[in-house]
Amino acid sequence: MLGKAIRGIGGFLKTHAVVIWLALSMGAASAYAADAIPAPSAMPWWGFPLALFVTSFLLGIVAVPSGVGGGVLFVPIVGGFFPFHLDFVRGAGLLVALASALAAGPSLLRGGLASLRLALPLAVLASASAIAGAMVGLAIPANIVQIALGGTILGIVLLMATAKKSEFPEVAAPDSLSSALAMNGIFHDAARGQNINWQVHRTKTGLALFLCIGFLAGLFGMGAGWANVPVLNLLMGAPLKVSAGTSSFILTLVDSSAAWIYMNKGAVLAIVTVPSVIGMMLGATIGARLLHVLKASVVRKMVISLLLFAGVRALLKGLGIWV
Amino acid sequence: MEKDTSHISPEQQRYAFLLLIGSRLGLAILVASFLAYVFGLIPAHVPLDQMAQLWSLPLNEYLQKTNTPTGWHWLSLANKGDIANLIGIAILCGSSLICLLSVIPTYARRGDKVYVALCILAIAVQLLAASGILSVGH
Repeated sequence: MLGKAIRGIGGFLKTHAVVIWLALSMGAASAYAADAIPAPSAMPWWGFPLALFVTSFLLGIVAVPSGVGGGVLFVPIVGGFFPFHLDFVRGAGLLVALASALAAGPSLLRGGLASLRLALPLAVLASASAIAGAMVGLAIPANIVQIALGGTILGIVLLMATAKKSEFPEVAAPDSLSSALAMNGIFHDAARGQNINWQVHRTKTGLALFLCIGFLAGLFGMGAGWANVPVLNLLMGAPLKVSAGTSSFILTLVDSSAAWIYMNKGAVLAIVTVPSVIGMMLGATIGARLLHVLKASVVRKMVISLLLFAGVRALLKGLGIWV
Repeated sequence: MEKDTSHISPEQQRYAFLLLIGSRLGLAILVASFLAYVFGLIPAHVPLDQMAQLWSLPLNEYLQKTNTPTGWHWLSLANKGDIANLIGIAILCGSSLICLLSVIPTYARRGDKVYVALCILAIAVQLLAASGILSVGH
């Protein structure tokens, strides 16, 4: 019965993808209108948290089939179109990304799609720099963060639109550092029905890039899967599935270290954070079940256009052009 | 047929098990405390009907107006509905610590000094972030 209901929802989403996109945009636009003309008494206190829950739920649905983390969608869209201050949105964004990573982490580790050995060296550096990013983000004026966020989101749009993926990159020989750290493993590819041995190279460059990625994650309160996966897959040569799984696991350490900073500073508001976390997790559960029903390329294009809109909005908001 | 997990190291399986427990516990406490907060079962430090005028303020202004403590001082207000939500959030943020601690003995027994050091370093980074020492503001 549940399966039937989900298939029904899937069919609806498939035929109404444009309507959902419009609903997300209109939800965002109405939130923006409320932001532009503050009218605190016009809406009961629960209005925006409810809108936030619905928005996070819809973002959760599209996040999985489009292959991006919920955090990267959440911060620019909620930060650009809801009345919450960007500090609270970034605090919530980190918790959204952390909760999603924690929900997936255990099964990824048990199934061998995430590698503890591969993740640990990268996560140590990235979580240390995420602390620095969070501290910088909370120390500089919000409009500067908005401008940088807008620029970064537009960069992500470009990356999403152009980046290639390699299911099994060829690594002729591991480099000396990855050999010393034994950053290799075996994962079971269910599609092929066989165990695949993997190893990585260009470890030093990978470590340097993870230092930057962690900083950005802390600065903007976004999960960093959009950057982790290309570095692990295209640069270091880990298989795509191991890259995606390990990326998600790395976020459990990176986002938690940055989230502690936001929490200690008082930038985690329950009324903003909890509806977002629950909405995103429920949406992601539906999204994962709809993977076989929805056309991933269509959802991906929809998400890219939504991010483009949110990135431009963040940039213009930060520059004071579209406040 | 049971899935073959022989290629997955025991420390990775232990890490996964403890992460599952920690994240589920944190999420359950978070949802329960949030429901108690929004349904008014526990009085809030900042009343819900005032939040709409406060959540758009810059962080420091919000903290000043609401007299909300920073660092670990929130523990003294953990009996308030809104602040109580931080318990679940702290468990979610801290759930990796016990997992990292649990894998150190395995690496140590194997003589894998580099990974023992990496785990200790990862724990130190998490503890530094959690400590509240690193206080900054706009």
